[in-house]
Amino acid sequence: MTNPAIIIENLCKRYTIGHQRTDRDGLRHAIESAIREPLTWLRYRRQEKLRQVDFWALKDVSFQIKQGEVVGIIGSNGAGKSTLLKILSRITVPSKGRIRIDGRIASLLEVGTGFHQELTGRENIFLNGAILGMSRAEIIRKFDEIVEFSGIEDFLDTPVKRYSSGMYVRLAFAVAAHLEPEILIVDEVLAVGDAAFQKKCLGKMSSFARSGRTVLFVSHNMEAIRTLCQRGIWLMDGRVHKDGTVDEIVEDYFNSTSNELSFSCENLDYGLSIQKVTLKNDHGEESSQFRPGEDLIIEVNYHAQERVELPYVVLGVQGINGPCFTANMLLDGCRPEALAGAGTLACRFKSLPLLPQNYSVKMSVRTNNGGDWIVKYQEVAYFSVVADLTKYGYKGQFISRASDSTPVVVPYEWLLPDGTIAPVSLASPQVRSLQRRESPVELDLVRPFD
Amino acid sequence: MRTLNELDQEYSLETCFGTSDAPRIDELVIEAGRTERQYWRDLWRYRELFYFLVWRDLLVRYKQTVVGVSWSLIRPLLTTIVLTVVFGRLGKMPSGGLPYPLLVLCGTLPWQFFSTAMTESGNSLVMNSNLISKVYFPRLIIIVSSVITSFVEFLISAVFLVFLMIWYHCAPPAAVLFVPFFVLLAFGAALGVGLWIAALMVEYRDFRFIVPFIVQFGLYVSPVGFQSSVVPERFRLLYAANPMVGIIDGFRWCVLGAQNGVYLPGIAVAVIDVVILLTSGIWYFRKTEQTFADVI
Repeated sequence: MTNPAIIIENLCKRYTIGHQRTDRDGLRHAIESAIREPLTWLRYRRQEKLRQVDFWALKDVSFQIKQGEVVGIIGSNGAGKSTLLKILSRITVPSKGRIRIDGRIASLLEVGTGFHQELTGRENIFLNGAILGMSRAEIIRKFDEIVEFSGIEDFLDTPVKRYSSGMYVRLAFAVAAHLEPEILIVDEVLAVGDAAFQKKCLGKMSSFARSGRTVLFVSHNMEAIRTLCQRGIWLMDGRVHKDGTVDEIVEDYFNSTSNELSFSCENLDYGLSIQKVTLKNDHGEESSQFRPGEDLIIEVNYHAQERVELPYVVLGVQGINGPCFTANMLLDGCRPEALAGAGTLACRFKSLPLLPQNYSVKMSVRTNNGGDWIVKYQEVAYFSVVADLTKYGYKGQFISRASDSTPVVVPYEWLLPDGTIAPVSLASPQVRSLQRRESPVELDLVRPFD
Repeated sequence: MRTLNELDQEYSLETCFGTSDAPRIDELVIEAGRTERQYWRDLWRYRELFYFLVWRDLLVRYKQTVVGVSWSLIRPLLTTIVLTVVFGRLGKMPSGGLPYPLLVLCGTLPWQFFSTAMTESGNSLVMNSNLISKVYFPRLIIIVSSVITSFVEFLISAVFLVFLMIWYHCAPPAAVLFVPFFVLLAFGAALGVGLWIAALMVEYRDFRFIVPFIVQFGLYVSPVGFQSSVVPERFRLLYAANPMVGIIDGFRWCVLGAQNGVYLPGIAVAVIDVVILLTSGIWYFRKTEQTFADVI
C-alpha cells in the first residue's frame, strides 16, 4: 500500500486547432499534396504554420495519488479535467509526459457507453459489462445483483429504446457500479438522473471509496465532491492551480467563481443594461459567504438609456433543490416610478433563514404591467451560506446532511411529550435555551454556551 | 468524509464492491509517443469483447426484420439469379460443363463475404465512435469482430451452396479440404482492406463514398459471374493482382473441381497480396490508432 496508485509527471496534451480545417484536411487535399509534395513542400509547410494554432489542454501537470485516496478534480469548463481523465483512461495519448498506474483501472466517463438501442436490457448488461472490461463469468455471477440494483426486473427483455430515460440511466449505472477495479475514474456521471438516483449513485461511490480503493472524481457538483473526497485538485487552464484538502479547495474554488462571475446584460430594445449585481453583508462589504441569520443585500447597478416606466423587478434566492424565497414586485407592488440614467436598486433579505449550502440569486426585470421581459429570469450571482451548525444549537446525528436538506428554516419549536419546549432558529449563533414547563432536569437539556 | 457513514447506512452496498478477484495486471505506463507493449497483451485480455461485439452485431442486424436470418440466404440467391441470367444466358460465358448457377454461387459467396466484411469493418470505427471516445480497449477488436460477423453470415449463406449442390447432384472433389485455406485468405484480404479503410475513414469520411464504388466495380472486375479462364492467357497474371481473383478461383476449384486444374500463379499472387494488405493495414492502423479519439 506504500506505492502511489497514480504518478503523473509533466503531463502535457496538445490539440491542434486548424483554422479553415475543412479546406486542408479533405482527402482531395491529402492526395493532391502527396503528389505535389516535392515541389510545394516548403510553401505548404509555411502555410500550415500560419493556419494551425496549438492549444495546450494540459500543461505540465504533475501529481501523485496514494492508494486508497479519493480525489476530486474541479475546475471550470475547459480547464482540462476531461482531457486528464481521457488520458488516464487511455482513450487518448499524452503529447508529453508520463503516467504510471499501479492497479487495475476502470473509467466511467459516461453512463451507458456502448448501450445499443435495439438490444434488450438483459443483452445490454452483458454488452456494456464486456465493454467496461468485465469477463463473461464475472457478469453472469453479478447479473442478479445488477438487475436488483437497477430495479428494472420487469423490463429486462424490453429493448432499451423503449425505456424511459430514468430506467436507462439506472440500468447503465447498475452495470458500471459492479465493476471491481482498484482505481476508479469517474466523470460527471452523477449529473444524470433524478435526485433519489443521484443519491444512490453517491452512496455507491462512497462505499466504494471506503473500501480502500482509489477514486478520481470529476464533477461540477461541489457538494458531491465535498461529500465523497478527501483531497481536491483544482485545475485551471490546463495546470494544477491548487492541491489540498477538499474543504479548502472547494471553498477557494467557490469563492473565486462567485467573484469572477459578475453578471451583466443589455437589452437594446428597452435601452436598459444591468451592469453589475453585487452581494453585500450587514456591514455593506461585498461578500459571497454569509452566515445564517445575517442579512443579504443584493445590489443591482443599472443604466437606462431610455426611461423604463414602472418596471417590475423580481429577485429570488435559489438553492440546489429549487427556489427558496423571492422578493417580487409583481406581488408586493413596491415598484420604482421609473428607471432612468444610471442608478442602483437594492434589496435586503433580512436574517437569512438558510442552512449551509450553495445558492444562486436569480433576477428578472419586466415592464408593460409585467407582460414583457426586459431581463429574463436568470442566475445573476452566487453565494454560499457557511456555518458550524452546532453553534446554532444543532446536535442531530445527521447534521452533516444539512447540505442536501431543505434549505429554508423558519424559527420553530418542538413541543416534546415530556413537556420540553425546544426552539430552533437560525437567527444567530447565540445562547440556546431549552425551557421546561416544570423543570427538574433542565440542566441536562441545556446546551453549553459557545 | 463527513456524510459517508450516513450514506452507507442508507445504501448498504458492500456486497456489490466485494473483494476483487480479477487477475492483477502489471503496472501500466502511459507515455507520449510510445508504442505500447501492452497493446498485444490487452488484445488478449479483452478477447471476450470479440465475442460480445460479434454477438451484438448479429443480434442487431436482424432485429425488426420480418424474415430475419433468411436475408443471409436471399442475398446470394438473388445475386446468383441475376448473374446467371446476365453472364450465363445473355453473355453466353463458358461454364466448363458445370451448372452455371453453381458456378456463380461459388463466386458470389466469397465475394459477398469479402465485400460485406470490407464495408462493415471499414465503417465500424465511425459507427462505434461513441465507444472510441469514451472507453479504452484495443480498437483492432472492433475491426476484427466486424469481419467475424460477416464470416458468420458467410457460413449461413454457405448452407445455400450445399443445397444447390445436392440439387444438381454435384459431389465435391477431394480438394474441398482446401476450402478453409481460401476462406482464411478471403478473411485476411477483407481484414487488410478493412483496416486501411477504417483508419482512413476516421479522418477522411470520403471513404464512405469510395467503398460502395469498390464493391460495385469489384463485382465485375472479379470472376464472380464468370470464370477467370475467359481472360486471355497473357493478361492472366496481371488480372490476378486483384487478390479476389485467386481467392474465388481457388474456392471454386475446391468446391466444384475443374478439368484443367487451378491457375496456381494466381493463388500465389493472392497470398502475397493478402500478406501485404494485412501487414500494411496493421501498421497503418496502429500508427493512427492513438489519435482516433481526438479526430473521430
